[in-house]
Amino acid sequence: MSALHVSRRQMLQISSLLLASTALPTLAAAQNLPKGGRLVVAADSEPKNLNPAIVASNGVFFIASKVIEPLAEASFDGKDGLEPRLATSWESASDGLSITFKLREGVTWHDGKPFTSADVAYCALNVWKPLQNLGRIVFANLTAVDTPDDLTAIFRFSKPTPIQLIRNALPVVSSVLPKHLYEGTDIATNSANVKLVGTGPFTFAEHKPGEYYRLARNENYWGKDQPHLDEIIFRVLPDRAAAAAALEAEEIQLAAFSAVPLADLDRISKVPGLKVISRGYEALTYQLVVDINHRRKELADQKVRQAIAHAIDKQFVIDTIFLGYASASTGPVPKNASEFYDADVPSYAFDVERANALLDEAGYKRSGDGTRFELKLRPAPYFNETRQFGDYLRQALAAIGIDAQIVNADSAAHQKAVYTDHDFDLAVAPPVFRGDPAISTTILVQSGIPAGVPFSNQGGYSNPALDAIISKASETIDSSERTKLYNEFQKIVATDLPLINVAEWGFISVASERVLDIADNPRWAVSNWASTALQP
Amino acid sequence: MKRSLRLVRRRLLASIPVLLIVITLTFVLLETAPGDAVDAYLLSIGGGDAAVADGLRRAYGLDQSLTARLWLYLTALARLDLGWSVAFERPVLALIAERLPNTLALMGSATALSFAIGSALGIVAGSKPESVKDRALSSISLILYSIPGFWLGLVLSLVLAVQLRWLPTSGIETIASGKTGLDRFIDIARHLVLPVSSLALIYTALFLRVMRAGMEEAWTLDFVLFARAKGLARSRIVLRHVARHAALPLITMLGLQAATMLGGSVVIESIFAIPGFGRLAHEAVAGRDAPLLMGIILVSAVLVIIVNLLVDLAQAALDPRIGASEASS
Repeated sequence: MSALHVSRRQMLQISSLLLASTALPTLAAAQNLPKGGRLVVAADSEPKNLNPAIVASNGVFFIASKVIEPLAEASFDGKDGLEPRLATSWESASDGLSITFKLREGVTWHDGKPFTSADVAYCALNVWKPLQNLGRIVFANLTAVDTPDDLTAIFRFSKPTPIQLIRNALPVVSSVLPKHLYEGTDIATNSANVKLVGTGPFTFAEHKPGEYYRLARNENYWGKDQPHLDEIIFRVLPDRAAAAAALEAEEIQLAAFSAVPLADLDRISKVPGLKVISRGYEALTYQLVVDINHRRKELADQKVRQAIAHAIDKQFVIDTIFLGYASASTGPVPKNASEFYDADVPSYAFDVERANALLDEAGYKRSGDGTRFELKLRPAPYFNETRQFGDYLRQALAAIGIDAQIVNADSAAHQKAVYTDHDFDLAVAPPVFRGDPAISTTILVQSGIPAGVPFSNQGGYSNPALDAIISKASETIDSSERTKLYNEFQKIVATDLPLINVAEWGFISVASERVLDIADNPRWAVSNWASTALQP
Repeated sequence: MKRSLRLVRRRLLASIPVLLIVITLTFVLLETAPGDAVDAYLLSIGGGDAAVADGLRRAYGLDQSLTARLWLYLTALARLDLGWSVAFERPVLALIAERLPNTLALMGSATALSFAIGSALGIVAGSKPESVKDRALSSISLILYSIPGFWLGLVLSLVLAVQLRWLPTSGIETIASGKTGLDRFIDIARHLVLPVSSLALIYTALFLRVMRAGMEEAWTLDFVLFARAKGLARSRIVLRHVARHAALPLITMLGLQAATMLGGSVVIESIFAIPGFGRLAHEAVAGRDAPLLMGIILVSAVLVIIVNLLVDLAQAALDPRIGASEASS
């Protein structure tokens, strides 16, 4: 016992030592990170429009986020889950009708001109609100941006706008473009959309179509002692096997966004010098969802939807299709979004008997050959996992007497069939949760959305109570009240099952052990990589 | 000379309706594929609302009827304007000019290599049909011919590039190396070794078998019997009489193969990340990019027509009987 006895004084000493031991190495490491070097990264596509202020997509951010910066970036431990970038603070007026941004001082564009509040005002009103795919939703009520001085931008809204939403959306919707290059031109066709000019740690040096993008170190970056790398090369490798081979041959040092297929991870994790990382995608959660066409009489019956939910063995899907790199969903908000996530919702355990009983109750008896009814199932072709889940779902439904006919199509054809023509009964979809339910999640179940809007409720589902909550949340300024509304939202969706949430997953990076300081924020792959370094 | 000139003129005139049919069919075919360029684009950016989709459809001219668009395309084409790629936001001609040389280098070297090696080995095998040498070569060629190209490419890359590190795994040249002149040429050649071998190994087998079959047949013909009766040296009979006779179908084969190789390059170009024509065609279809796809098909059709014209000319030179009737008509 005496050995364990420690005085209060000793205890304090020990704990401070412990503190130092955890704090110091990270601090020391940050200072001692090697300088210079060329990081070569696999890229699987070449977006035709590389402007993140117009096209807020991961494919664009992957490359453009190093050149053009948002007002704030997502953070594991920062206040509000944010880390300041071009803005240093943001504050909402009590009536919710305005938000004041203080901007960073001493920032210059890559062409040498100073960055000011005029750039922010110009982008908000001329690009984010009218042109950007997500900004059109987030800034729908933005009417004006006042710029009392060079470092203050006051956003004015026609209706009370929740600061919670704006905060959560900042990393995605607030990429700032240089006003002096865009003003008075056709923004959509401006040459700076291809040859980017920003304030970020890297400048856009070169694009050789079909081969690579080259970004070079910005010598005048505002971040102290940043960036560490001299160059980043995004090498276009459309074939996923080629990306793995290039990593093993040490021709590239990083493959993000699961460019190395899940099935190869086990093998590649054993290759000396390579590491497999699943951190750094927490704010880019993809959800595996079964979209339901409520126009089908059988599927309009809640009991049938519950039966389908009971027929799916989520654990099997995670273990077999995602090889463990995913987790089971409980509802429309993923666990990663801890601000909104509510686990207290109805759940549907894997139970074939219960599913069969529900279908019997609903009045869909098995016919002579054991089939109750037929369905048309369209798995989205975008990921291996969505296709494989389609195959699984067909088998799972067969076990409860539903004969699902799989219809495969390529991306454009699938898109039109589901979101414009409604030519499906069930569809497997991979929507993205983007930090706030109002950005791209409520649209999946909200009614009244015209045909032709991708990744939206095209299943004909309509629930006035749910619609009311969604519209109330869009105007609720108080963050905790707004969160409560979204808890209610999750309950209704999990009870009524307008769609079935099966699993949620992030991507995997494979990197050389020489690459240092990666995955340090929840949007790492699409953040600026100013602190990333390469061991020579 | 006059004979071949007439041949060229006849063939070029005949190719115009062929091209028109190709264009119209492609247009209709792409139209019947569900989904359009806007669907493909919105998917790639993760969604957009109905107003964005409508605006894009207007901007791309997709709100007009099929016939109106076909007419617009044909009139532009008559001015030698290949149009604007909606998936790349660049002129089609520039895209094609950028990608075509890579594919021609890849395909040209693979065809030349497989033709040279295949016919040489074919002569070896066919010089004495049913001999041990012949049986060995025939079996090897059969095995090679049955291997899928992508598999061979992956295995070669795994062994020679990943394990042994003798060659680069993919790409057309070292990234941003700043190499010029001979250095750059050698660099590109090193990058082409694996993809060219993957393609050539398989086609070598094809040429070998055609050459050998032709020679086997020739040995039974009267003129060979006559040459042997004259007491000519065996090597002379093999090269001047038997092989020359067997070369005719081989050259026809070469013409057919040129078309196959243009299409067959999609897989190899993807595996080895070569920015070529096949990959461009694939991207054009995935993006429902009608103008780009039309441009690619048009250029491919022109290439095939030219290659076949060259084949005809070569055959006319090798065999005096060919083209005689056309010349007299």
